[in-house]
Amino acid sequence: MKHEAMPASGSEEAEVQAAIWKSSLRDYGLLLTLLVIMAFFYFLTGGISIAPLNLTNLILQNSYVVIMALGMLLIIVAFYIDLSIGSVVGFVGGTAAMFMVGFPVPGLNIFVKLPWEVVVPLALVLGGLIGCVQGYFVAYAKIPSFIVTLAGMLVFRGLTGNMLMGQFVGPFDRDFQDISAGFLPDVTDFAVFKPLLGGSHFHWGAMTIGVIAVVLMIVLGLRRWRHARAEQMETEPLALFIGKMTIFSALILFITYQLATYKGLPEVLIIMAVLILIYAFITTRTTIGRRIYAIGGNRLAAELSGIRTNRLIFLTFVNMGVLAALAGLIVAARLNSATPSAGLGFELDVIAACFIGGASAYGGVGKVMGVVIGAFVMGVMNNGMSIYGLGIYWQQVVKGIVLLTAVYVDLYQKSKE
Amino acid sequence: MNAILEMRGITKTFPGVKALADVNLVVKTGEIHAICGENGAGKSTLMKVLSGVYPYGSYEGDIVYEGETRRFDRIADSERVGIIIIHQELTLVPLLSIAENIFLGNEPAKMGVINWATAFNRTREVLKKVGLNEKPNTPVTNLGVGKQQLVEIAKALSKDVKLLILDEPTASLNEADSDALLKLLTEFRAQGITSILISHKINELAKVADSITVLRDGTTVETIDCHKEKISEGRIIKSMVGREMSDRYPHREPKIGEKLLEIKNWNVEHPHHAGREVVKGVNMHVNAGEIVGIAGLMGAGRTELAMSVFGRAYGRNVRGEATMDGKLVDLSSIQKAVACGIAYVTEDRKTLGLVLQEDIKSNVTLANLPGVAWRGVIDEAREQQVANRYRSSLNIRSSGIFQRALNLSGGNQQKVVLSKWLFAQPRVLILDEPTRGIDVGAKYEIYTIINELADAGKAVILISSEMTELLGICDRIYVMNEGKLVDEMPAADATQEKIMASIMRQYGTVQ
Repeated sequence: MKHEAMPASGSEEAEVQAAIWKSSLRDYGLLLTLLVIMAFFYFLTGGISIAPLNLTNLILQNSYVVIMALGMLLIIVAFYIDLSIGSVVGFVGGTAAMFMVGFPVPGLNIFVKLPWEVVVPLALVLGGLIGCVQGYFVAYAKIPSFIVTLAGMLVFRGLTGNMLMGQFVGPFDRDFQDISAGFLPDVTDFAVFKPLLGGSHFHWGAMTIGVIAVVLMIVLGLRRWRHARAEQMETEPLALFIGKMTIFSALILFITYQLATYKGLPEVLIIMAVLILIYAFITTRTTIGRRIYAIGGNRLAAELSGIRTNRLIFLTFVNMGVLAALAGLIVAARLNSATPSAGLGFELDVIAACFIGGASAYGGVGKVMGVVIGAFVMGVMNNGMSIYGLGIYWQQVVKGIVLLTAVYVDLYQKSKE
Repeated sequence: MNAILEMRGITKTFPGVKALADVNLVVKTGEIHAICGENGAGKSTLMKVLSGVYPYGSYEGDIVYEGETRRFDRIADSERVGIIIIHQELTLVPLLSIAENIFLGNEPAKMGVINWATAFNRTREVLKKVGLNEKPNTPVTNLGVGKQQLVEIAKALSKDVKLLILDEPTASLNEADSDALLKLLTEFRAQGITSILISHKINELAKVADSITVLRDGTTVETIDCHKEKISEGRIIKSMVGREMSDRYPHREPKIGEKLLEIKNWNVEHPHHAGREVVKGVNMHVNAGEIVGIAGLMGAGRTELAMSVFGRAYGRNVRGEATMDGKLVDLSSIQKAVACGIAYVTEDRKTLGLVLQEDIKSNVTLANLPGVAWRGVIDEAREQQVANRYRSSLNIRSSGIFQRALNLSGGNQQKVVLSKWLFAQPRVLILDEPTRGIDVGAKYEIYTIINELADAGKAVILISSEMTELLGICDRIYVMNEGKLVDEMPAADATQEKIMASIMRQYGTVQ
C-alpha cells in the first residue's frame, strides 16, 4: 500500500498541461470564431458591419439577448429550460407601456397614468412574479420546465395581444427611451470642454472609460493568474493568457474607439456590462452559484448534501423573470412603443446563445463569458446578414446550422478527451 | 483439457498510462477461471480487450479462441462466437419485461415483426436453466437485484454462450443470493460452459474457482491451480498486494462515551406504495465513540432506515422519536439533520454521492459551503486549503484537488464522499456500504479512517453486507430483517453463524 499521495510524474504533468491547452483552446476557440465571423461580415458588407453607427446599433440590438442569456445560463446549468421569455418580454413591455401612456379604467371615471420612474421597478416586480408562478410549477409541482414555460409562452403572448388589441402603444418620455437609446454624457456635452476639442466630435470620455476597463482587466487578470500559480492551482499557460488578454484588449479598445467617434457609450452597454460582471461573480465565486452547478451536475447528490434544491430552482426562474422584464423595458424603450409581437422568438436566440456559448444540454456546465460571446455570435450574424440583405428566412436557416455546428464541434471535442 | 481461450502478450496503452503490460491468460475449456486483483490492476481492461470493446489494433498481442486467432472489432463480433460479458452495472431496461430484456436487440422476428410466442417459450427455457421462477412478462423493475442478475445470465444463455464473463456479479448481492449465483456457475461448468469470474470477494472465488489468475499493476502475477494446492484468502491477498496482509482490520481500543443518538419506535413507509411499511418499530441507539454495525440481507430495510433518519431522505409517513444527547430533535429535513450533526454517506457514490464532472475540491466542500465562504462568497484560498487537507489526510490518490471526481478510482471516490461529510463536522456518521466495490488496500484505509473518527468521539453507524467487515470493526451489531430489528449483540460475542441464525429465526416464527 502506498501511503503518501502519488506525486504527478513527468508524463502526467505534461498530460495535465496538454489537457489545459486543449480546454483553454476550446474556450478561446469561441472567441476566435466570433472574430472570424466579424471579419467575414466585414468583407461581405464592405466594412459597414464595423462602422461606428452599425457597431452602436449592434450593441443596442443585442443588449437584451445578452441580459436574458445571463438568466438562461443559470436555468440551463440547473438542467431546465425557459421558453416563455419572449412572451414575457412582450407582456411586461406592453403592461409598462399601458401604464406610462395611460388608460381609462372601464366603468370608473379614472384615467391611470404613472411616471416611468414608478413603472420601471413595478415592471421588474411583475417579471419576478411571473418567474415565481412558473418557478412554483417547475420546482415544487415538479412539472417539466419545458411544459410549464411552453404554457407560459402561450399565455403571456395571448395576454399581450388582448391587452394591446393589436395596436402600438407609445410614445414614451424621452428619459425612458434613454434606457435603450441614450448615451453617457461625454466631453462634447459640456461647454467647458468645447475650446479644448477644437470642433472635433470625438468622445474622449468614452475612450477613457474603455482604456480604464482594459487596464483594470489586465491588472486584475494578471494578479489572479499569478495568485493561482502561486497557490499551485491549474493555470493556463502564459502564452495563452497573454494571447487572450491581447485579443480582449484589442477588441474592447477597437469597439470603444468606434463608439467614441459616433455618439459615445450607450447607457444600455453600461447596464449590460455591470450585469455581466455580477453574474460572472455569482457563477464562479458564490455559494449560490456553486450549488446551482451542483444541482445540474447531480441533482440527487446535491439534495443529499443538504442543498435546498427546490428553492434554488425556484429562484433561478424568479431571476429569469426579472431579467426578461428588464429586457422587455429595453425593447419597448428602443422601439418607443409596445407592440403585440415584441419579443417574438427571442427565447430561441437566447437559448441558442447559451448553447453556442458552451453551456451543456445535459446540465452542470456553462460559463458567463462563453454565453456572452455566444450572444454576440448570434448578434453579429443577425446584423451582418441583415446589412447584406439576406432574406429573413435564409437568416433562420443559417442560424440553425451555426447552432447545430457549434454544439456538434463542442461535443465532438469532448468525446475525444 | 484444451484451452478455450488464450490471450498472449496483451499490452494496452492509454495516453500516458500502460494499463496492461504483456498479460497472459489461459482459460481451459469447461472451467471456472477467476481473475482477481486490486482496483486498477487491469481486470476490466483485459475483459474489454477480449470482448471487442477495444477493437483489434488498439492493443498489442493475440487472442486465440477455440484454436483460432481472433480479431474482434466490436462486441457483436465476440458475442457471435459465444463470448458474453455481464457487466458490474446491470444493463437491463427496468420498465421492459423479462422476455423483452432477454431478447433486446436479438428479437426472434421476421421482417421486423416479433414472434412473441417463440420469445416467451425461449424465455421460459432459459429462466428454468438459471432457476428463476418468474413469468416472462414480469417487468424487470419488480425484481430484486439478485433476480435481475439472474435475468442477465439468462440473457447470456439465450445467445448460446460458450464463454461467460461475469464482472463483479455478486458486488450488490447479499450472501444468500451470492451463494445461489455461485452454485449456478458450478452447474454451468457441469454443462460445459466456461466462465471467467472477476470478483473482489476472495472467499467466493476460493469456493468455486478451478484456477485463479492474479493481476497486479497491469501484469500477470501468477495463475494458481486450485486443484493442485490448497488456497486460502491470505495466499491470494498476498499475491494481489505483493505482500502479506496479516491483519485486514486495524486494531482499536474502543473508548465509548454517553448515548448520543437514539431513535424510538421508528416507522417508515415505502415512498410509492402508501401503507407498505419498510421499517417497522425500530429502536436503536449509538454512543459517542462507538461503531455500531447493522447487519442484514439485501432489502432488510437498513438503507431505508438510515436515509429516513437523515432528514427523511427516503420514504413517506416517517413516524418515530429521535433524541440526541437525551433531547428530542427535529429531523424532518436534510438541512435539519445536517444541522443536528448527522451525516449520511451513501452506498451509491456515483448517483447519490458525487457531482462527477466537478473536481475534488468542489465535491469536498459541497455539504458545507458556508464553512469556506463569507456572506455567500467563496474564499477560494480557504476552500483549497480544506480540500488539500482532506486529500492528504485521507490519502486521496489524484493529480491534485482539481482532478475531476469522474477520473478517480472507486476507493478514491469513496474517500472524496467521506471527506465531504467529514468537513460538514458531523457528530453522528452513518456509513452505508462504505467499502463496496473497492480493493483490499483501500478498504484498510477506510477502516483506519472510521477508527479515527470513533476515537475522536464521533458516533458511527456502519451498514454493511460483508459480515466479516462488521465483525472486524464494530463494537456492537444490530441485525435487521424485513424492516424489523431482530437482534442486537456485542461484536465480541458475534459470529457469522449467530447473525444468520437470528435472521432465519424470524423466518421460522413468521411462517
